Amino acid sequence: MKKDYVNIGKRLPRVDAIVKATGEAKYAGDLSMPGMLHGKLLRSPYPHARILEIDTSEAEKVPGVRAVVTGKDTIGFKAGGISAQGDEPYLAMDKVRFIGDAVAAVAAIDQETALEALDLIRVEYDELPAVVDPLAAMAEDAPRIHEQAANNISFKTDLAYGDVEKAFRECDYVREDRFETRPIRHGFIEPHAALAVWDHSGRVSFWGSKQSPYFTYRNLAKALNIPLSRVRVIQPYIGGGFGGKNEMFNVDFSAALLSRKTGKPVKIVVSQEEVLFAYRQRHPTVIDLKTGLRKDGTILALDAHIIADGGAYLSIGALSLYLMCAFFCMPYRLPNMRAKGYRVYTNTQPSCAMRGHGVPQARLAAETQLDIAAKEMGLDPVEIRLKNALKPGETTPNGFRITSCGLEESIVKAGEIIDRWRKESPKDDGRRKRGIGLACYGYTSGPRMAGHNTAAAVIKVHEDGGISLSTGSTDAGQGSDTVLSQIAAEVLGVRLEDIRYGMVDSDITPLDPGTFGSRVTFFTGNAVRIAAEDARGQLAEVAADALEANLHDIVFRDRRVFVAGSPDRGIPFSKLVKIAQYGGSGKTILGRGNWAPDGIEVPNFKTGRGNMSAAYSFGTQVAEVAVDTETGFTRVTRMAMVHDCGQPLNEMAMEGQLEGSAIGGVGHTLTEEIVRKGGQTMNPSFLEYRMPSTLDACPLEILHTDTCDEVGPFGAKETGEGIQVAVVPAIVNGIHDAIGIAFKRIPITPIMVLDALKKK
Amino acid sequence: MKTQVGLKVNGFEYDLLIEPHWTLLDVLRDAIGLTGTKEGCGKGECGACTVIMDGEAVLSCLVLAIQAQGKNILTIEGLAQEGRLDSLQDAFVKYGAIQCGYCSPGMIMTSKALLSKNPHPTEDEIKTALSGNLCRCTGYVKIIEAVRNASRTEAGK
Repeated sequence: MKKDYVNIGKRLPRVDAIVKATGEAKYAGDLSMPGMLHGKLLRSPYPHARILEIDTSEAEKVPGVRAVVTGKDTIGFKAGGISAQGDEPYLAMDKVRFIGDAVAAVAAIDQETALEALDLIRVEYDELPAVVDPLAAMAEDAPRIHEQAANNISFKTDLAYGDVEKAFRECDYVREDRFETRPIRHGFIEPHAALAVWDHSGRVSFWGSKQSPYFTYRNLAKALNIPLSRVRVIQPYIGGGFGGKNEMFNVDFSAALLSRKTGKPVKIVVSQEEVLFAYRQRHPTVIDLKTGLRKDGTILALDAHIIADGGAYLSIGALSLYLMCAFFCMPYRLPNMRAKGYRVYTNTQPSCAMRGHGVPQARLAAETQLDIAAKEMGLDPVEIRLKNALKPGETTPNGFRITSCGLEESIVKAGEIIDRWRKESPKDDGRRKRGIGLACYGYTSGPRMAGHNTAAAVIKVHEDGGISLSTGSTDAGQGSDTVLSQIAAEVLGVRLEDIRYGMVDSDITPLDPGTFGSRVTFFTGNAVRIAAEDARGQLAEVAADALEANLHDIVFRDRRVFVAGSPDRGIPFSKLVKIAQYGGSGKTILGRGNWAPDGIEVPNFKTGRGNMSAAYSFGTQVAEVAVDTETGFTRVTRMAMVHDCGQPLNEMAMEGQLEGSAIGGVGHTLTEEIVRKGGQTMNPSFLEYRMPSTLDACPLEILHTDTCDEVGPFGAKETGEGIQVAVVPAIVNGIHDAIGIAFKRIPITPIMVLDALKKK
Repeated sequence: MKTQVGLKVNGFEYDLLIEPHWTLLDVLRDAIGLTGTKEGCGKGECGACTVIMDGEAVLSCLVLAIQAQGKNILTIEGLAQEGRLDSLQDAFVKYGAIQCGYCSPGMIMTSKALLSKNPHPTEDEIKTALSGNLCRCTGYVKIIEAVRNASRTEAGK
């Protein structure tokens, strides 16, 4: 389905690119206000301790200090949840549960005074035994981190479909492996920052670095115990999120609480070091996986046992665990499966969503094991994937309905790339061994879950032909402001530069769940399409009158409105708006759109049944690696992705998403790990926590499958998030191909490679 | 004890009363109000705060403001001239090198210093010059492409 669009599918620069290139774009930490105070947080130095007493009197005496708050100044609201009870106070009440847990907050005339005051707060702790290993945390005699959680289990899932035991008996080949993924960080460069202003009418206005600002909107009201109508959340530009800026954090809450106490604006910007040891991470996991196949490579059964280290608090971990288990059902046909998951509390920083949310850990295990199986059974890794690939029209045993699906095509094309690369570069270059690996993925285009999960858009048309577009969605860097603007421009027959995209202001913009699960383009994109159609319909009535034509014959295209078949019988778009606004009693052209997928069975986290998304994206990732057998150092030399995102709305923006995801995946596979000793983060800096730099970037080939989704806006689906699921196992499988060693733990460090080569 | 310093930033002179331990980054952002220069780590590890001092790319979080006295400082705000974007800014926009944008000012300033010394860098030279500027969004592919294209535009002038 290739249509002749003016805006859709074009390589258009982002609508926010110029202000970001000039430094004019304001992020939360850039904002300031007259009389503004600066806040700082005091954090626990212990992984687990009871708070006996907090004495803030000395701190309060420091000249320039305006307020000190602790848990006692709060109503004790506990954040977190989704299908479970919240458990995380913004300021510790009775206990601290990890090194970095916030205990008190100070507001002062400048940051230095605030820091000086922090040093003078006396906290008397009764240190408790800590547990930092998730397996140890599940033992009967382990210290209990939350009273209500026996064996420190914060959430569990048990999904079972088909007859797993019987199916394993029918298998020709069965293997079991244990996989381990280590904690990693989101890696945004902008640290958490918040500015809050409490006024004496009882309203709080808030600017923060939030990818899902309506989380903060609701939780500010709850935690401050004020009506929702008293909260206003305004969204500045966001310096990356990747899942780590969804929730409201202690920095956000403390800014608001300190503003209430002082009557002044309060800004808190945390340091990058604090981001590293005191905020969120991706769930580390231990996964025992058993897969059974027929000798022709057909997967018959899978049995997974997952222990996910949730850290000190629940966060949105119930969803994380559900996703880890449920996505064993994708992207391969799996008639019999069982996935048992435990999310476990430990005295470490809390785990939450991160790009791919739970799925990367599960798919790493499944894709690596499938590769080992193929090799041992003498089957081609491309063929085995092709044999099991889901096809359009299938339903997975847990209820995911596959509609548009270019998986088969992507595997075939990936196979062609592998053949070409094999011919181009020698496998063995002396001490450097080359290998090529592949892996596949399927991912959601926005989850439909319980609670508020719809999207909305409002469009206002101006007399110069300009369009104001507002939604509740945020662009944390993924390019959605641009893509949503392209959709509005296409429907209304104007150009991208005619759209003014309004960022979130909870007083004005419509309610939205947030930027997560690759939902914005799919959900909000449809809402924008509907809002634009609504506005266009109102204008078409005016045009039909003015042009003396049938309503259904009015065409909107490239800033002109004309009668179908007679492009000369038309007027400029801006003139039409003026006719509408100036004529008779005048018309205000306002388009409204709401959208959520119809007839979707909301997933049940405990049983796993349900269809979480109206469309799934698919793809195959290929990675070529060179392993230096003398130093153990692995380089990813090039990668390719064949990718079904439906119809790309903006190829340049889409490529950027895929490239970022892929290079991020290189870091996750080879270098990134939060290293802790007894709950203390040993590498809370960018030097020691090694994210990829320009020197790790490699050439990438990006190909699409020929797919178009029926439900997605202009045929589009998810892009850029799901691919990271496949990048990591593709590299692991590439190393397997290069040196014959299938690593079952990431990151794969040079020492691991050398040790494994020695043992071989 | 605050001291008087004179700074020359983007062609303008500033007389400021500052604490001796304040960094150039602090002063640019908080005293002068040039918030285009970003703080990512405050420890010289991410490159987000890169500015140009007497032609050299420096990490403004590692330079004390008093060390910058008498030097010519160029920040991201000083690049566009008479309403026209610098060719690097233009290339970053045009080639999709900007996503969240937080690392972009630092990336552009590092690239600017590179191109002013080496107008036609090879890909490896671009990668080496930018290796101290971290970006999590882009995977660097389009950033490198933008710098390469800007170097061609400069050559065409």
